[in-house]
Amino acid sequence: MTIKEESYRLSNLKTLEAESISIIREVAAEFENPVMLYSVGKDSSVMAHLAIKAFYPKKVPFPLLHIDTGYKFPEMYAFRDYYTKMHNLDLKVHRNEEALKKGISPLSVGTVKCCAELKTKALLDALKEGGYDAAFGGARRDEEKSRAKERIYSFRDKHGQWNPKDQKPELWNLFNSKIDPGESIRVFPLSNWTELDIWTYIYHEKIEIVPLYFAKKRPVIEKYGQLIPVYTDEHEEETKEVMCRFRTLGCHYCTGAVRSEADTLPKIIEEMMVARHSERITRIIDQDQDSSMEQKKKEGYF
Amino acid sequence: MKGSDSLVERNQNIDLLRFATAGSVDDGKSTLIGRLLYDSKSIFEDQLDLIKTFSKTHRNQDIDYSLVTDGLKSEREQGITIDVAYRFFSTPKRRFIITDTPGHEQYTRNMATGASNASLALILIDARNGVVTQTKRHSFISSLLGIRNFVVAVNKMDLVDYSEEVFENIVSEYNAFSDKLSDESIYYIPISALKGDNVIERSANMPWFQGSPLLDYLENVNISGGRNLTDFRFPVQYVNWGGDDFRGYCGTISSGVIHKGEKVRVLPSGKTSEISKIVTYDGDLDYAFAPMAVTLCLEDDIDISRGDMIAKVDDLPVIAGSLEANVVWMDSAPMEIGKDYLIKHTTSTVKGNFSEVLHEFDPEDISMKPSEFLRLNEIGKVKVELKTPIFADIYSENKITGSFIVIDPHTNQTAAAGMITKYNQVSPDKACKAVKTKVIRYPGDKREEAQANYDRLSMQGTHCIYVDDDLLLETLCKGIPVDSEQYSDTIEDLCKIVTKSGVSVVLCSDHLSS
Ligand SMILES: Nc1nc2c(ncn2[C@@H]2O[C@H](COP(=O)(O)OP(=O)(O)O)[C@@H](O)[C@H]2O)c(=O)[nH]1
Ligand SMILES: [Mg+2]
Repeated sequence: MTIKEESYRLSNLKTLEAESISIIREVAAEFENPVMLYSVGKDSSVMAHLAIKAFYPKKVPFPLLHIDTGYKFPEMYAFRDYYTKMHNLDLKVHRNEEALKKGISPLSVGTVKCCAELKTKALLDALKEGGYDAAFGGARRDEEKSRAKERIYSFRDKHGQWNPKDQKPELWNLFNSKIDPGESIRVFPLSNWTELDIWTYIYHEKIEIVPLYFAKKRPVIEKYGQLIPVYTDEHEEETKEVMCRFRTLGCHYCTGAVRSEADTLPKIIEEMMVARHSERITRIIDQDQDSSMEQKKKEGYF
Repeated sequence: MKGSDSLVERNQNIDLLRFATAGSVDDGKSTLIGRLLYDSKSIFEDQLDLIKTFSKTHRNQDIDYSLVTDGLKSEREQGITIDVAYRFFSTPKRRFIITDTPGHEQYTRNMATGASNASLALILIDARNGVVTQTKRHSFISSLLGIRNFVVAVNKMDLVDYSEEVFENIVSEYNAFSDKLSDESIYYIPISALKGDNVIERSANMPWFQGSPLLDYLENVNISGGRNLTDFRFPVQYVNWGGDDFRGYCGTISSGVIHKGEKVRVLPSGKTSEISKIVTYDGDLDYAFAPMAVTLCLEDDIDISRGDMIAKVDDLPVIAGSLEANVVWMDSAPMEIGKDYLIKHTTSTVKGNFSEVLHEFDPEDISMKPSEFLRLNEIGKVKVELKTPIFADIYSENKITGSFIVIDPHTNQTAAAGMITKYNQVSPDKACKAVKTKVIRYPGDKREEAQANYDRLSMQGTHCIYVDDDLLLETLCKGIPVDSEQYSDTIEDLCKIVTKSGVSVVLCSDHLSS
């Protein structure tokens, strides 16, 4: 490396940050009506932070959309409202009220059907109602094997479906934004980040996240080899207090906690570096079938 | 937590190598990547368990490493790679982003997708088959894309008794072919992806091979042909304004460095101004460089929109009205000569058409053959006429301002990828009245340098003329003494006339007016 290269060196995180900001701006410039999916999790916090940076000193020029299944952790709702207000973000919330009225839950119809109604259908309806032609998602390629195959601009047909066998080529950082009316794209500005990058970035940038990510003594029951938090006194018998935290956040029925002492960011990062299991192991929904994520994505899920 | 703090810092400052696999189907690309990730303990246990279960039930083996990257259902069902997989891993020395690409000819565009952001190509060859057409096609595409570091891994050595002779024969076969590429640096290595020979550990089966194992090489190789830090280019991506009097131009620096206070010129208007502020969320900066994403503010109120280009006053890209480019055709619908396509180049999308295929390349030996138009997966050099000019550089000098994609306006397909090799400058009054042509002066004894620069400029399509004392004394200044005022005035007048019509002058003389 020459002296010149050495003095104009960008750290890994700053390089990833620049790439993501560039993608976010490109979509804002080329699409009529973009929206940013906001799931309240750590990746969403990072993505929202990058959007704020991209348009600083102005306001983020598109809304954030939360697909609310109604079964998120109470701490998530509190954090969502606090975070979006604090950063002057335009928050939209959508729920599949009809399904909720029918009493659909993982307990009544199983996880596959529940996800299809409360996540996939709710998402597709919300995108249609809002007339959004581009939707940002916080998925990373290191998360799961079918995500490792997805482009940064991922095309969806009129029914919001993905065809993994026929993706458009995507060379350099030149993105093809041409779509027909009714079609849309999903955009993944965090594609090239790893879970470790996300955590070190949160640490460096002092980004706020839902407190559930930090270890604390919580009442849980042990089920499917996972620690499931308890919010009512239904399971009084089996409930125990365990020092634990969440690696990902989803619905309280389907997201397990892991035993952990990591109650600060440096401790979480240290834990990450020796982790032997992927973060998705705490998602009960991904383990339904061998290709469950790919299947859900084909149907329109993020 | 001092321990993890320093770990975090180290993780941030080790450099990143992006590499892409290449080679024919079944040469072992996916197996090698799976092996590399497995042996370096980069696969999570739950993911590994899934792979092992699938291997036992469907493949009748303990572990099929290709399942690590072949993540789509149809890929696992058919046992092939269809699209690029992106995998991430790091060692204490380096971070890696691997793109594992498909080998089938029909998926060539996915291979090009994976290779376009890589700085090293890992080319696999099946020791039993030697160099085949796909090996050559992928090597050629990697070379066209500007990759200058190749690793050629001769795989499945376990099936040829780890024979040195087989390896050496393939090395000479590939060498004979690669002579026709650009000057890549090539590292040859015999491996067995399946058994792990020379992947991470040196192979005991091939004591005759003295080089380092693959991972060791990848951790230490010096990567050439990186960023351009010389020529500042800033394609305006998004104009940020409204409400108050803030007006900033958002974008990603394609190349070069910019300081606060520096003089810039905006294309196509040609207007000049100074950088008043370099704005980021983390505070204003004194300078910024590629590939940072920043917001620039200018001293003067100039009309600037997305697709405009900001560069330094004395170092501008060319305002190109037509191009010559190497093109990889990626659409099942063949190229139509004369049809209007959309050309996306940096942040601007313009209409353009192909006027002519200059030649098609035969991947077998990189020979050129005549061709009317290009079909799916064909590669050729073409002429492009643009309806609106773009602000371009040559691909070999600037990857970002030298590349473009072609979009079919009827199907919205990404039809082709192009790399600019030559441009024709639009005459100044057509595109940009204020763009100044240059008089590039050399002292009288630097004639060779001056001529070389003239050759380079005109080869790239810049309108320019070459003038030196010999030429002047033969013509315009016949009989005029070289140290007279008349002599130097004649030179100045000549430069004035020529530059007025948008033509630059490369001037080599010691007899100029002071
Ligand atoms: N004997 C042997 N077989 C190999 C080796 N590497 C790969 N294979 C096999 O070759 C086949 C094709 O491998 P794959 O990785 O899918 O090739 P790709 O199409 O280049 O990705 C699989 O059956 C592998 O098990 C090797 O080093 N030795
Ligand atoms: Mg493969």
